[in-house]
Amino acid sequence: MSDAQGRPTQPDISAAGAPPATFSGDRGLALEEASIFALSRAGVTGVDLPEPKGVAPRLAGLERKGAIGLPGLSEPEVVRHFVRLSRRNYAIDLGVFPLGSCTMKHNPRLNEKMARLPGFADLHPLQPVSTVQGALGLIDSLAHWLKVLTGLPVIAMSPKAGAHGELCGMMAIRAAIDARGERRRRVLVPASAHGTNPATAAQCGFEVDEIAGDATGRVSAASVAERLGPDVAGIMLTNPNTCGLFEREVREIAARVHEAGGYFYCDGANFNALVGRVRPGDLGVDAMHINLHKTFSTPHGGGGPGAGPVAFSEALAPFAPRPWVVHGAAGFALVEAEGDAKGAKPFGRLTAFHGQMGMFVRALAYMMSHGGDGLRQVAEDAVLNANYVMACLKDAMSVPFAGPCMHEALFDDAFLEGTGVATLDFAKALIDEGYHPMTVYFPLVVHGAMLVEPTETESKESLDRFIASMRGLALAAKAGDAARFKGAPFYAPRRRLDETQAARKPVLVAAEASPRAAAE
Amino acid sequence: MIKFTDQHEWVRVEGEEAVVGITPYAAEQLGDVVFVELPEAGRKVDQFKEAAVVESVKAASEIYAPVGGEVVAVNAALAETPGLVNEDALGKGWFLKLRIRDKGELDKLMSAEEYETYVKGL
Repeated sequence: MSDAQGRPTQPDISAAGAPPATFSGDRGLALEEASIFALSRAGVTGVDLPEPKGVAPRLAGLERKGAIGLPGLSEPEVVRHFVRLSRRNYAIDLGVFPLGSCTMKHNPRLNEKMARLPGFADLHPLQPVSTVQGALGLIDSLAHWLKVLTGLPVIAMSPKAGAHGELCGMMAIRAAIDARGERRRRVLVPASAHGTNPATAAQCGFEVDEIAGDATGRVSAASVAERLGPDVAGIMLTNPNTCGLFEREVREIAARVHEAGGYFYCDGANFNALVGRVRPGDLGVDAMHINLHKTFSTPHGGGGPGAGPVAFSEALAPFAPRPWVVHGAAGFALVEAEGDAKGAKPFGRLTAFHGQMGMFVRALAYMMSHGGDGLRQVAEDAVLNANYVMACLKDAMSVPFAGPCMHEALFDDAFLEGTGVATLDFAKALIDEGYHPMTVYFPLVVHGAMLVEPTETESKESLDRFIASMRGLALAAKAGDAARFKGAPFYAPRRRLDETQAARKPVLVAAEASPRAAAE
Repeated sequence: MIKFTDQHEWVRVEGEEAVVGITPYAAEQLGDVVFVELPEAGRKVDQFKEAAVVESVKAASEIYAPVGGEVVAVNAALAETPGLVNEDALGKGWFLKLRIRDKGELDKLMSAEEYETYVKGL
């Protein structure tokens, strides 16, 4: 049926066969995109600035001689390139992002509004202190909130990520031990730790001594006590640990470590399970990083830079790195230079400036919009959601440690035994269901681990949809539908990638046009 | 003589020297090996202390020396083809060769039969 102009008025798909290969390589509105260097054309530029005149070089012959190798594209081409790529991305703004140990929670839009206020967004870190009193006041307020929430007296604000915070904490421990004139070089790290823990200890010149967990997935005080000695610098413990379990003997562990002359570094990546409920200072923690980009809702995972302030106990406080904000005679001031503060023995500084200001604004906006009681509910709801996921999937899947859990639900691959389906296949099939997979094969202490962290920002309805997919997949695997898993993902822009070849023989196309190569 | 550790390394004694690698069980658990970091010749390692690092698509793990001694050679072929560890863990996938410091340390290790029983129990 057609109208008077010949336009069909009803769809007629009776003649449609198999989908054709397209001439463009794109499939419908799923657009392919090459690397920006492959799109580059000589002589094309987005902005056309006149050649500067009368600029005398002051680099004494060290100026760059060749081209810097930037790709040549017009402004609309650049915009399309990145928008096309962004459509391939999966983000918390699109759906559930259940990545365990990552706390991928919603990033409230109020935070973004606050961070874009020109008074914060347009500052320069080298502005005179008298012109940035509001920003310094904000850093001071945020530090105050963190002190109250951790029960620890001093906060180093400058570390820019969780691992950077770990480095900060362990450098302070190293400085404290050096100041005592001791040569303690052994650091105890549980087998379930984040990989960054042993890496950080090693980076600070310590030797890592791994402690196995007990049958309940936790570290026992007895297993710590038997490793303690005069050469132990401290312990790095995550609480709740990466199995999503609260370390019940944490206070006893802290006491034993302190008796032996060591320090207690707490990996604060899982603080979302405790915030407002437990103060790490009360557990005997000497240093703990706080991922503002996890617990305090600032964007991460491709959405923005991290921020990892570190809280210190009285024992480590003197060694906290510069800079820090103080209340001076004429408002807020910064302690920046060596010898500025009496009694302090900072181990140095970690960053050129004061930290991730944009993240500070977002984190404080989050705290102030929740209030103390709201933050307490964050932890409660996060734990409730994880237990809901575990309870709904326990019979279809398998759990290495019986619940209740804290903020994340840990499954193993026992339920997949004999199905021909591995944890990796299960994760790929979850992509077909429209979800970012959970964390897989971590923690290392659990075979075929699948670590699901829903966070408090998922509603019951969204959890139910996610659980239905997980459950459906688990039952399909057990029913012998291995093809669904082995071929997955079927619906992603690319099918299964060869991770082994990618690691062994990576193809780094962009490197050919890197600035260094072009300048040579 | 070949002996095994509970961390899934093997050591084959050849006179005063010992060839070290990881067991087929370890290679299978790791999955495809993509990188092996080996020590420099001349480095001295202690028994059960870190001697190398192996990285697979799943994880990075330390490899501990089954016996103490001085590294006299490493398997350079692993730099180009780390997959040898998966293909032939007990042969071409060897990691390093040590000059044994104290043969008494070998007594702390498992025999092939003991290791087989140990793996079955995992």
